[in-house]
Order: sequence, then C-alpha cells, then structure tokens
Amino acid sequence: MATEEMDGGRALIRALEEEGVDVMFGLPGGAILPVYDPIIDSSIRHVLVRHEQGAGHMAEGYAHATGRPGVAMVTSGPAATNIVTPLCDAYLDSVPMVVVTGQVPYAAIGTDAFQECDTTGITQSITKHNFLVTEAQDIPRTIKEAFHIATTGRPGPVLVDIPKDIVDPANPRSAMTWHGDVEMDLPGYHPQTAVDLALIAAAAGLIRAAERPVLYVGGGILKARAADALRALAELTGISVVTTLMARGAFPDSHELCLGMPGMHGNYTAVTAMQESDLLITLGARFDDRVTGKLDGFAPEAKIIHVDIDPAELGKVRRPDVAIQGDVRVAIEALVDELSGNGTGDADRSAWRSRISGWQERYPLAYEPWAPGEPLKPQYVIERLRDATPDDTIVTSGVGQHQMWASQYWTFDHPYTWINSGGLGTMGFSIPAAIGAKVAFPDREVWAIDGDGCFQMTAQELVTATVENIPIKVALLNNSYLGMVRQWQEMFYDERYSEVSLSSDVPDFKMWAESMGCVGIRVDDPDEVDVAIAKANEVDDRPVVIDFRVAASEKVFPMVPSGASNSELMVPGFQEGQPR
Amino acid sequence: MNVHEAEHRYHTLVVTVENKSGVLARVASLFARRAFNIESLAVAPTDDEDMSRITVVVDLESAPLDQIVKQLDKLVNVVEIRELAPGQAVERELMLVTVTAEPDRRDEIVEHLDRAGGKVLSLGTDRMMLSLVGPPRRVDEFEDLLREYGIIELQRTGRVALPVLDDALD
Repeated sequence: MATEEMDGGRALIRALEEEGVDVMFGLPGGAILPVYDPIIDSSIRHVLVRHEQGAGHMAEGYAHATGRPGVAMVTSGPAATNIVTPLCDAYLDSVPMVVVTGQVPYAAIGTDAFQECDTTGITQSITKHNFLVTEAQDIPRTIKEAFHIATTGRPGPVLVDIPKDIVDPANPRSAMTWHGDVEMDLPGYHPQTAVDLALIAAAAGLIRAAERPVLYVGGGILKARAADALRALAELTGISVVTTLMARGAFPDSHELCLGMPGMHGNYTAVTAMQESDLLITLGARFDDRVTGKLDGFAPEAKIIHVDIDPAELGKVRRPDVAIQGDVRVAIEALVDELSGNGTGDADRSAWRSRISGWQERYPLAYEPWAPGEPLKPQYVIERLRDATPDDTIVTSGVGQHQMWASQYWTFDHPYTWINSGGLGTMGFSIPAAIGAKVAFPDREVWAIDGDGCFQMTAQELVTATVENIPIKVALLNNSYLGMVRQWQEMFYDERYSEVSLSSDVPDFKMWAESMGCVGIRVDDPDEVDVAIAKANEVDDRPVVIDFRVAASEKVFPMVPSGASNSELMVPGFQEGQPR
Repeated sequence: MNVHEAEHRYHTLVVTVENKSGVLARVASLFARRAFNIESLAVAPTDDEDMSRITVVVDLESAPLDQIVKQLDKLVNVVEIRELAPGQAVERELMLVTVTAEPDRRDEIVEHLDRAGGKVLSLGTDRMMLSLVGPPRRVDEFEDLLREYGIIELQRTGRVALPVLDDALD
C-alpha cells in the first residue's frame, strides 16, 4: 500500500476511521486542539458533550447497546480527571471503550505544566491498559493495539494519552509517514478463547448428576454474544436461569425457566434457588458480593462450574469444582454439543421444580398497592412504562432504588436492552448512557429511568441531547431523597436520617428540562401516569423528562442486609410469615 | 517462623516484562491495589534489550499464588511468568554493609567474612565496608552475625533467581 506523509493529528483521526468508528463523544481543549481540526473533514460524527464524564458514559452506553467499542476524546488535566469515573465504571463492568486524552507537549511532561496531570498514572489501575504515545509515528499502531485490547478477551477500557507536539502540524515532531499495514506489537497479550473439552466433559458430568442445578449467568453472556447459546443450553437441560444485574435480558424474563435477578435485591426465588442449589453453573459471572451476600453462607451445598474468559476470576472468590477458562459462548456451545451427544442424564428434578414453583407462588415480586390519598408508587410507574413501550426499548438507569425497581419490574426479553452501572455503582450514569445508546439506535425508544439524586449529577447532558438531536426520554422517579441511603438509614440506623433529604421544591425539574430544550412533564397522581407516558411517546424531535413525584417511604424489597447471608433475605411485610 | 514455614510462605516469581517506561510502576501498583505483599523485588534488563526481568518474592499469606500469577499475567506488558518453587531456584542476593570495626576486632570480622565468602571493599580507621553475594539465607545469617559489631549502614539488593539446571552435573 502506498505511504503518505501526514501529521500525527490527521493520523489519529484516520486510525480511528479505519477501526470503523462512526461516532465519538468529546469536548475539545488546549492540548487536544490539533486533533479537533481534522475532525471537521472526518466521516466520524462527534457529539459535543457538556462535561467530560458525560462523554465517557455516552461511550459506555454506545458500547453496551452495540457491542462495539465506545470512543471518547477529551483534553488533558481536568478533562482527563473528569473521565476517570467512566473509565473505572467501564473497567468494573468490562465495557469495551477507547478514550483518547490530550497531554501537554512531551518535553513539558513532568514540569507541572498548565493542565498537566499524570493521566496514565492515574488511570493505570482502572483501565485494561493505557498508553502514553511519545512519537507521532507510533500513533496508528497504538490505536490499533488499543482497539484490539479493548475488544478482545475480557473487554475493558483502554486509554491513549497523546502529547500535543506529536499531533500539532506546526510542530516538526508531528511529522509521520502513514503506512497502510501497521503491525501490532503486544508480546504479552494473548487472550485465550478456546476451551478445554476434557473440562467440558467434566462439567457435563456434574450437570447430569445434579438434582438442584441453577444456571447463574452474568454480564459475560452479553459480552460474548452468547444469549442464543445460553437459551439452547437452558432448554436442552431444563435448568432454570438467574440473570444478574449485568445480565438482565441475556435470558428472556418471560421464559418459563427464567427466575430473574439474584442478589441483595433479587427476587425470593432467584436468591433462594441459588442458596439451596447443589450445582451452580456459573457463566460469565464473578460471585460479586452483591450476589453472594456473606460469602461463607452462600450456596453452601452447591458444587461450582465456573466459566470465564478471565482466568483470574476462576477461584478468585469461590473455589470452583470445574473451572473452564475461555469464551463463554464457545464453552456453552461445547456443553450443548456434549449434552446433546451423550445425553442430559436422568437426575430426578421434579421435587426441585416444585420447590421453585412454590417459591414463585408464595413470594412473587410485589409491593403494597397504592391506596387513595397516598403518593404515587415508583414500582407502578415502571410497570406502566414497561407496558406502554415497545419490547425492544432500551432502558438505562442510574444507581439506587430506581435502578433496583427498574431491574425488578421491567420485563427484559431481549439482550442489550438494559444498560446500567453495576460494578462501580455510578450515580448519574443513566442520562449520558441513554444518549450513547440512542446515538447507536436512533430508531429505537431509549428510556433513562433515573432518580432525583442521579439526575442532578449529569442532567446537563440533556442540553447535549437537545442540541445534537438525540431524543431520549427520562422517567425521573423523584422521591426528593437519596432514596437508597435513606432506606438503609431507616432500616439499619434507627431512622436517623443524615444528609439524605433533597429539596422537594428545588429544582423545578419540569422547568429545568424545558430550559434545556426538552419537553417537561410533571406527574403527581397515579391517574396521570399513562397520559404522561403517552404524551412522551408522541414526541420524537426532542428529549422528554417526566418528573414522577413518588413516595419517599417506599423501600426496595426483597433485601439481604449488608453482611448477612442470603438465607436471611427480608421480604416485604405483607409476605412475612409464609412458609419458606 | 522456622525455615520450613518461611520456604512455603515466600515464593519467587521471575517475571519477564517489556522494557518500557512505567512497567515497574504497573507491577508495583497491581501488588498494592490487590493487597498482595512483596517480600523483595529486583529489576534489571535482560540479554534481550526489549525485555526486563523482575524477580519478585511474594508473601503467600497475603494472597494465594494462583491469584497473584493470574493477575500479573493480565498486565499487557507482562510477557512471561515463571514460578520458582523453593528448591527449584538458584537464588542469590548481594549485600553491601559498613560495620564498626575497631582495630582489635578486625581479624575476627574478616574471619567470619572469609567463612561466608565475602569481600572487604574498603577499610576505615574504625569501620569496614564489606560485600557478600550468596543465597538469601546465608546473607541473613551473616547480617545477624555482624549485628553484634554494630552495623552502620546496610543495603541489600533483593534476590534474583534462575531455575536450577535440570541436567546439572554438580
């Protein structure tokens, strides 16, 4: 291929184009300025954010929704520190993302120059890998390596820090030669996707013998595009599935084998089935403390099959009986082959099935119904919204009570329709993540289910949504509290409420939404809910915010108190006293 | 702690890494972040100028060896990790030490030094600078021995290691 002389800035944008990047989220500034000039002539759409944290979460939302790496570009110093939170978020939830940050000129590094910070140092432990590029000639190779690392093996965020001098055409250090065929140089990076078939056979043996098996599936199913394979395995074996917070939608909620979400706010059946299981078939999940509760009381009789692309997850928390390193889709397909070929065994699971259906009957997800004179129930809002939106609606959420209610009361029947911050628990995630998802799928409905605490952290990105014509919708479950913290203070701190009350008067969310170019609607009563949702659904040329004023006293149930065993799951008051 | 316990508690990893800036920081910060304790650490380039070798002695009371190795292996710049179990490694460490040495006690010190296989590097009016290269345990013993004379300053390198030759003639 012919070579071409160019500057590092142009080379950077061209390298991004060659990776297939169609959109990036960012905000320019001094050190990254030269790279913003070639963006004008690029095929890549740039979404100008109002705060760099928004750029990072938008890139995550895009990546969650599409499976393709999200891309964000910001300048040095405070811009880099502003995007630290999304990097950490993407690291904990294994989201493929490439972040390009500007840096002061190479010769100025280490001098405490204006807007200098040690970006690679700061982000070292919250990225899958990061690079400080020192020569313009290295830019194309580094970008190629960054995308390769971000998207292969266990996906994750990669940061590329670019000193200004190597991209600034006015600086001779930016001169470089573009070669079409640049080779990666990653001698220490060899992710393994193949699985050991002897271990697959051993896992199949455990599955055949198990009387109380549960498929415990996590976000890895989605990352590996393994939802179809999972369904084949579940239907072949008739084994019930629990979908963790990161895996909602990986197996259809409407499927008869779906038990829903396990964990601290999981439903009774999902939590208890894991607890009583004799075999947890763990697929792309990592025994997070929010799932296991007190570890030494977790699923005490269960043998463990653990499949993960990341060898370090195998045995990190719970010792597996069969540990299978590799791509979870490859592993599931191999298991299906093995079990189809050699049989699924003849273990008697009738008693187990009837115990499961008994739990489902006695302890369905439920809340005390609304009574006249009471404030609106947040769960009801989610149920109505669920029923008034298409099946393929993408739902994003922030972190807290509204997140748990959304995960519990929505029906997720398709993969990649639920986008939230699981590992890091980043408040303010939902609005920018929704924008990222909507950019990827402009023809689908994207609803951000948010809380009033979260909304006030990243609401400014609704300006971005309006100006860039990204018409997301926001269902704000506004209880004027940091609701989850309030719930803990009510239950575990003798109702001593410390710094959790947010004003119910200010801000005026409707006015705030309108000032940002959105349609603003306020709902106080249950009979206004459907009307407001219908009105929102009619809008497709600008964002909509519905301020649902919901009951502050409503708590998320079931709940495993922090530090307790999952056997101590608390159910709502009206379900207490039934046989467990 | 007896010798047997110490041998099981500490395990030597020989880690080949890309010879790039910041790689040692990545390794060190991984150990800090995951709460893995390091007993000693030595780093230097290898015969291949693109690679460096980190010899790290890890404390298995802080984390299981398997986790430490797998987490290290996730670092993109880590190319190879060799686990050297006690008995499988030839280990050496260098100590430089300045010790109080009044003229009437010098012979005694030199006698100990000769027995340990060390060298006198420099002689002052009432002190000596010595060096000793040896297996870490021998260096420990010699250090203990010198304590009664009065150690003025001491520096050890941390251990380096290579696997034992499987066709060793000795």
